[in-house]
Amino acid sequence: MGKMKLMKGNEAFAEAAIRAGCDAYFGYPITPQSEVMEYLAAQQPQLRTGMVLLQAESEVAAINMVYGAAGTGKRVMTSSSSPGISLKQEGISYLAGSQLPCLILNVMRGGPGLGTIQPSQSDYFQATKGGGHGDYRMIVLAPASVQEMSDFVKLGFELAFKYRNPVIMLSDGIIGQMMEKVELFEQVPRLTEFDQQWVTTGKTPDRERNVITSLDLDPARHERHNLKLQAKYQKMRENEVRFENIDCDDAEYLFVAYGSCARICQKSVKLARAKGIKVGLIRPVTLFPFPSEEIGRRAAKLKGILTVELSSGQMIEDVRLAVDGKVRVALHNRMGGMVPSPEEVVDALLKSFSIR
Amino acid sequence: MEIRNPRIQEIISEENLVYKKTSLMTDKALSYCPGCGHGVVHRVIMEIIDEMGIQADTIGVAPVGCSVLAYEFMNIDMQQASHGRAPAVATGIKRCWPEKYVFTYQGDGDLAAIGTAETIHACNRGENIAIFFINNGIYGMTGGQMAPTTLVGMRSSTTPYGRDAALMGNPLKITELVAMLPGTYFVARHTVHTPLAVRKFKKAAKMAFENQKLNKGLSFIEIVSNCNSGWKMTPVQANKWMEENMLPFYPPGDIKMNGEIVKKAEKAE
Repeated sequence: MGKMKLMKGNEAFAEAAIRAGCDAYFGYPITPQSEVMEYLAAQQPQLRTGMVLLQAESEVAAINMVYGAAGTGKRVMTSSSSPGISLKQEGISYLAGSQLPCLILNVMRGGPGLGTIQPSQSDYFQATKGGGHGDYRMIVLAPASVQEMSDFVKLGFELAFKYRNPVIMLSDGIIGQMMEKVELFEQVPRLTEFDQQWVTTGKTPDRERNVITSLDLDPARHERHNLKLQAKYQKMRENEVRFENIDCDDAEYLFVAYGSCARICQKSVKLARAKGIKVGLIRPVTLFPFPSEEIGRRAAKLKGILTVELSSGQMIEDVRLAVDGKVRVALHNRMGGMVPSPEEVVDALLKSFSIR
Repeated sequence: MEIRNPRIQEIISEENLVYKKTSLMTDKALSYCPGCGHGVVHRVIMEIIDEMGIQADTIGVAPVGCSVLAYEFMNIDMQQASHGRAPAVATGIKRCWPEKYVFTYQGDGDLAAIGTAETIHACNRGENIAIFFINNGIYGMTGGQMAPTTLVGMRSSTTPYGRDAALMGNPLKITELVAMLPGTYFVARHTVHTPLAVRKFKKAAKMAFENQKLNKGLSFIEIVSNCNSGWKMTPVQANKWMEENMLPFYPPGDIKMNGEIVKKAEKAE
């Protein structure tokens, strides 16, 4: 058993970064995730583990520092919130194109534009469909608790190195700011030995020079590179789907929700079942790859699915693709920093499917 | 290609060689226009890494611009950066490998327009890296558009009637600007258009690498160069035009040595 602590989601993420043996963090302040860098600074990670901590001049610079540092083969990360993540998109595209591992945290706030500092889930498309230019995907982990803000750091680094690909934790202002008890994992050593095959260390006589680039002006070769990337994303789809089922076995209706909305829906399931409505919850833990098979498999036996999102309805598109018309999928959503109550969600379920 | 002419064979025979390309330049044919300064600057930097014996400890960062493919010519570990971000990329590398030698190679559009923030802040933090800044007053790769360093009155494809400062702003002397920052340790401006100038640049470039061992800050070397294609001149005309027009505005010389501003840059030689 690790040590149990009461922490904010952002703080748990930062503590987990040090414990996961992260070698470098580059960031830029933005609400509602500034606690990440503040917590790290207070911890003096350069003394605790030798981890590099640097406040960059912008989100653009921060992600490019991540890109450079990732090229050295170390465990590197950054964190930001929606407008800052938009600024990082070009760098993320380069990281994906150059096949570099790194961990990125997005503590989502409402948009578009400067939007609001209140929680939101409106960066779902950006995170799961690419975000920057070009054909690429990231593994998207959606924490729904402070515990997962910690656990997913370790998991995120493992997946990033397994696939040599950026991994993004898609959190939101609620999960980042709320306090819960969290069991912290034990300190993992920083990377001292690692795969030296592809990283920039300085060219030694025993090998060809290592070049980290996403550029290739030869169309045939560049198509092969793209096919290789797509094959990698397909492997992720086959091996990395993660989800949680709550009360799904006898369910006639399903909620599909992730992150903070999944927490709200957990309560809604209890309220609805107290009224005699057989409803369950599927919580996607990975948003890419999406648990399409699990949702699709259950669709034919259901009377309806309600997705609950803090956006105009983004994940619902993936749910509809998953059920392929076998059942009606409705949406209950709030935007601009508003958050639905569990009762409101139950009412939405009743209304959407005319349940009496 | 096999050379059959016995006279030529004799000239190029091993014992008659007076100069040999460093093995740190690859055999790939340079993609630069004939007469361009890039090839000379590449060669000089690679010679220094070779002479210092630091190939196994050196990482270069290539920019976006004509030298985007620098890693095809330099036989060292390299990372290609997005437009303007080379100093940030180099920061990430150097912070993770503080014992290694890290340098960026950037053009004027990359360093002094889109990447101004990264340039200023890497200099101001005093990152222990070297920045080689090629200033030819034009965007060469995209076809000769106005650069931040384009002289007033100078023609480019986006200033076809000459740069008008009132409409298009003034040329930016970013080298003098970074010399004022406490994080820079060595700042100089050079050219590579004469053998003497190449020797002077080589001395400075060597210092930029040696300084990295001192951990006292950033070394920044501007190389004023030509762009005969972009300037629509022959190489000889371009060098002459550079001497007469570029060098009075961007005078070569040391600007900051050992962390101290040494003097105002010299007039053109």
